[in-house]
Amino acid sequence: MLKLPIYLDNNATTPCDPRVVEAMLPYFTEHFGNAASRNHPFGWAAEEAVDYAREQVAKLIGADPKEIIFTSGATEADNLAIKGVYDMYASKGNHVITCVTEHKAVLDTCKHIEKSGGEVTYLPVNNEGLIDLAELEAAIRPTTILIAIMYANNETGTVMPVREISAIARKKGVLFFTDATQAVGKVPVDVQKDGIDLLAFSAHKMYGPKGIGALYVRRKNPRVKVTAQMDGGGHERGMRSGTLNVPGIVGFGKACELASQEMETESKRLSALRDKLESALLKLEEAYVNGSTAHRLPHVANISFKYVEGEGLMMGFNKNIALSSGSACTSASLEPSYVLKALGLGDDLAHSSLRFGLGRFTTEEQIDYTIEHVSGTVNKLREMSPLWEMFKEGIDLNTIEWAHH
Amino acid sequence: MSYSEKLIDHYQNPKNVGTLDKAKKNVGTGLVGAPECGDVMRLQIEVDDATGVITDAKFKTFGCGSAIASSSLATEWLKGKSVDDALKIDNMEIVEELNLPPVKIHCSVLAEDAIKAAINDYRKKNGLEELQFEERIH
Repeated sequence: MLKLPIYLDNNATTPCDPRVVEAMLPYFTEHFGNAASRNHPFGWAAEEAVDYAREQVAKLIGADPKEIIFTSGATEADNLAIKGVYDMYASKGNHVITCVTEHKAVLDTCKHIEKSGGEVTYLPVNNEGLIDLAELEAAIRPTTILIAIMYANNETGTVMPVREISAIARKKGVLFFTDATQAVGKVPVDVQKDGIDLLAFSAHKMYGPKGIGALYVRRKNPRVKVTAQMDGGGHERGMRSGTLNVPGIVGFGKACELASQEMETESKRLSALRDKLESALLKLEEAYVNGSTAHRLPHVANISFKYVEGEGLMMGFNKNIALSSGSACTSASLEPSYVLKALGLGDDLAHSSLRFGLGRFTTEEQIDYTIEHVSGTVNKLREMSPLWEMFKEGIDLNTIEWAHH
Repeated sequence: MSYSEKLIDHYQNPKNVGTLDKAKKNVGTGLVGAPECGDVMRLQIEVDDATGVITDAKFKTFGCGSAIASSSLATEWLKGKSVDDALKIDNMEIVEELNLPPVKIHCSVLAEDAIKAAINDYRKKNGLEELQFEERIH
């Protein structure tokens, strides 16, 4: 029996895996100690749990446990990486290169850098959401200290050419930071093979708890340092003060362990389900995939249904299917997704987009239900769309003088 | 965001979806909004020339649930009203009836604009002077 509602918004957050919760529970009650309490068994138990989790987390990305700095999540890790490098390497330069489709946690941190006197280059993307490597190389100046390009995009699932980017960074002696929040645990990420100097990720995107994330900071070839952005007791090798969130860290560790065990089979299963969903929905007229289909996370599909508006579309099934739209009809700005617009989509297509984010608990039955109900709603709304009627009559919508408001 | 039952009902069972023959002299058509803004409303009225009463109203809307519900409600209110009375429909009445949240008030403004545009189109077709309306900031 199909249980409703169906959750297809796994890029926003994922449910905690019950095995993760089970691992965490003793650390709330029985082993509640402060990992920094060095003089009694409560502290020792907490420290031991953190050490073990740090190994689990490091292993998933091919890092050394000493290179993992626990944070409250990816947003804090993004801030620490960018501001921390900017402060630490001030004598070397003040220029950062990033990209227009980054998450706000990166873009707004870069804006902060600009306000404090730094310079930032925002690289554009092509219609698949990928940056141009020649453009990246040309943007590097003698004062460039950091390249900040995400591993995979949260809205489209487009995976950036990370190894090519890191090769350029290495060649030019510039540090490379990647926000890998959407990629870690979903596709193989290896800081050695991928040539990454700093990497941000978060537990709650990979079936772990909310409120815990990490920043990987390379320790050799080259040794990277970041200036702490929070003053305090000097935890996490002085880079991030604050009492460690022991249950969160234990859960994060377990989530990483499960991800590394299950990633290979899971990504095959999810890409098959995603492809089934996508090919069924593309059978509708005037439906388009946003982002790259060749370089994409296995569990994501972002599709625009022309001539229907995304939020109106979601209202047709959002009691039973949870997903998100590139339409921003509810936001004060009324601006649709900046990521989709950066891909060159017109505002009309950006308003018409839905993002499907499949996950560990998505079943084929749920996908069949989604296909049926999304298709049905698209057809129903097109029947009441004046734009669809005009399209069917062969009227070019660009020739109409719209009353912009 | 949670919506009122009335709004959801208009969205799920919209009244008067369709198209009137815009070639007819007693049919007025209003097309407002823009695709890039995320909503376009087309509202049509058919007027009894003898009595000046709106005998039929139809709409098609591209937009969010609130935009669809606002236009559906507008067509219901228009039917049976005289053109003069139709002009008195205020967007805030739509806001109240559907209990629109603040971020959706522009949907009701759009519906009011669509009514006025349809009436003006009807007036123009029938040799009447087009009415001037205050510019509003949506």
